[in-house]
Amino acid sequence: MRYFAKKILTLIMTLFLVSAAAFLAFQVIPGDVVTSILGTEATPEREEQLREQLGLSKPPVIRYFSWAADVLRGDLGVSYRYSKNMTEMMPVAELIGDKLPVTLYLAALSLAFILVFSIPLGVIWAKSRSRLLDAFFGVTTQAAMALPSFFLGILVTYVCGIVLHLFAPGGYVSYQKDFWGFLRYLLFPALSVAIPKIAMTARFLRNALLTELSADYVRTAYGKGCTGRRVMYCHVLRNALMPVLTFLGMIIAEIVAGSIVIEQVFGLPGIGRLLVSSVSTRDFPVVEILILYITFVVIFVYFLVDILYRVVDPRISEK
Amino acid sequence: MKKKLSSFLLTALLIMAVLGGCADGTGESSGDNSSVEPGGSAVVGIQQDIDSLDPHLATAAGTKEILFNLFEGLVKSDEKGNLIGAVASDYKISEDGLVYTFTLRDNVKFHNGNAVTAEDVKYSLERVSGLLDGTPLIAALSTITSVDILDEKTVQVTVGSANTELIYSFVAAIIPAGSGEEEGAAPVGTGPFSFVSYAPQESIVLKKNPDYWQEGLPYLDEVTFRIVGSAETALLELQGGTIDIYPYLTDSQAQTLRGGSTHQVAVSPSNVVQALFLNNAVAPLDDVKVRQAILYAIDKEAVNTFVGGGTGSLIGSAMLPTLTDYYTDLNGVYGTTANVEKAKELLAEAGYEDGFDLVIDIPSNYEFHMQTGEVIAEQLKEVGINASIHAVEWSTWLEEIYNGRQYTATISGITCDQTPGYLLNRFQTESAKNFINYSNPEYDAIYLQAQSAQDPAKKAEYYKQLQQLLTDDAATAFLQVPGNLTAISSRLAGYRFYPIYVQDMSTVYVTE
Repeated sequence: MRYFAKKILTLIMTLFLVSAAAFLAFQVIPGDVVTSILGTEATPEREEQLREQLGLSKPPVIRYFSWAADVLRGDLGVSYRYSKNMTEMMPVAELIGDKLPVTLYLAALSLAFILVFSIPLGVIWAKSRSRLLDAFFGVTTQAAMALPSFFLGILVTYVCGIVLHLFAPGGYVSYQKDFWGFLRYLLFPALSVAIPKIAMTARFLRNALLTELSADYVRTAYGKGCTGRRVMYCHVLRNALMPVLTFLGMIIAEIVAGSIVIEQVFGLPGIGRLLVSSVSTRDFPVVEILILYITFVVIFVYFLVDILYRVVDPRISEK
Repeated sequence: MKKKLSSFLLTALLIMAVLGGCADGTGESSGDNSSVEPGGSAVVGIQQDIDSLDPHLATAAGTKEILFNLFEGLVKSDEKGNLIGAVASDYKISEDGLVYTFTLRDNVKFHNGNAVTAEDVKYSLERVSGLLDGTPLIAALSTITSVDILDEKTVQVTVGSANTELIYSFVAAIIPAGSGEEEGAAPVGTGPFSFVSYAPQESIVLKKNPDYWQEGLPYLDEVTFRIVGSAETALLELQGGTIDIYPYLTDSQAQTLRGGSTHQVAVSPSNVVQALFLNNAVAPLDDVKVRQAILYAIDKEAVNTFVGGGTGSLIGSAMLPTLTDYYTDLNGVYGTTANVEKAKELLAEAGYEDGFDLVIDIPSNYEFHMQTGEVIAEQLKEVGINASIHAVEWSTWLEEIYNGRQYTATISGITCDQTPGYLLNRFQTESAKNFINYSNPEYDAIYLQAQSAQDPAKKAEYYKQLQQLLTDDAATAFLQVPGNLTAISSRLAGYRFYPIYVQDMSTVYVTE
């Protein structure tokens, strides 16, 4: 129980510090949101009116605390930049709520790809005695890891979209409109997200497996008559998964926080893309909430990994 | 009121009766329209999200080009850059230039089905001019002092000071009375298309307005403006067939598409004036000789060839060449190719034999300006000016360079509207937009004369003098009006180019 209390306290402290830091950063960087919205042709009266509307005429400290108080009350505010219709600005909760599923589905699909491909790949690689296969895996995973995601995205679009006609590039359909069409389109960005991660995870798993395979208990297991398959899946894999789990945790946190580049390449309206455009337009309310979300996701995933450790290896909680 | 009306009717110097209707708006560029089969849909790729669905609050050029399909003003622009009547069928301007009388067109309906009334016009004009709540939304129209309804089809607008170019500002959208305050109001206008939906970062969908006053238009049932993934992936989206029209091709993308048969690439002049803006108040650019040296050093033809594939029109001063009545070709003054000898000579005279360091700030989101910067920096090095490029974010550019004037030189583009004096206006000493800090009392005096001149020929003469002054003073290195490269799917036809930044979808139709 104390463990949970401590975790939650750390979470709250971190969120507070991160939001304050983001606010501070927005005060320091050049670029005024009012000119960014109104451009170069606005009348001074209109600029003044907008400044008043956005509450920018108050001192920064007061603005921060009134924003924080609103957020604690569950009011995430409205975007400076996106309008809902002719007269209202888009509430941040609605805007992010609309974009979040895109990122989450992308993350889920990518994660499925990673798990489905990287674990068997790692095992086969570790077991392979062939030098040729070893070299092949070594080179391909190295290449997959080295590809910049932007280039990889374009490559996948070109090969799958233009050459093989598996999907229409830029043909994103909203999940509210056509869920299956949405998932089908998402397969390709998910693949682009997953490819380098599959390579990394497979490599990581293979190294962990090799270390474990030379451990004493493996010899013991063989000695008491276990089959190679049983040794691999019941003993070695379980132990080798421990470090891989940490690594996977990092990866999950990264994808759930939004694949900024891939979303850009595939024209996916997810939160990574929203974050980039909101920073460049100085849409403070949106950026703050996105940063808080990302912080929360990272801390939460690490927390989950921590708990999973205890499940996979009961020795940890006994300590 | 009636007396006043008849008096200026008699003496009106500027009478522009504009006949609208079906015969006028269509048929000119798209040839025989009787064979056009209405229906179908098209997707237009856009680069940026829209900034507001309220036509009076929208400021981004990328938003206005879309809203052109939804909203209309009393007048609107045709593809030649002339004004034609839209919500108003014709208008008259009094001799002193202070009273505008608009006659509303019959049978113009809003998308909600209501007929446009004089009340709606009054409300819209009072809203943009600030008469409603003290906040003018469109700077030029803040000169309006009153909007009066003469009868149900006639609206009279009185302005504080005469300006023959003000009429161009009456393209401001007419919206239903009171709709600016309505809770949850969807955008309602009188344009050829009506609003269906908007999803931030995804798309804005419009559908055909069956009651549109130009009979037969529009042809398409639905138009989607979809935000492309990135400028780089737009090409793949075109090739994949998810977007039909894309107006912002780069030169290399255009070349790729020209190789295939799926799209045609059309070149049209833009309404952007690209320049290497020089801060006239900062040393060493405060010396006219140094500025002239820079102008001599620049090879505009090379810029046009390398960056725009030769599609731009070179300019020597602050006027769009498409405004033929007002434009004077000043490319010859400093030449369109580099004159290294002359530049070095001028630098030596100014005391910079060994050159100097020059930082050119460029908004990094504009690849076109960045590439221009690279070419120009090399050209300046030829004459001994050690130029370097400093990429800045757009928000930063707006605040520090445009508003703050904290820079020495910057490359950017200014998007012009149809008003001939639009660019010249900003180079008056006291203008808030004079971000190059140009100051010449003679210029200011001529500009004032030009503003009060009611005779278009006289006005054009003044404007030509102003262009000459800017060039002689080497106020800034005007480069070119870049060409727009537009990809159009071969299944579509009827796309019309405008000298202003709009995507008019009303005349586009499906051929297959």
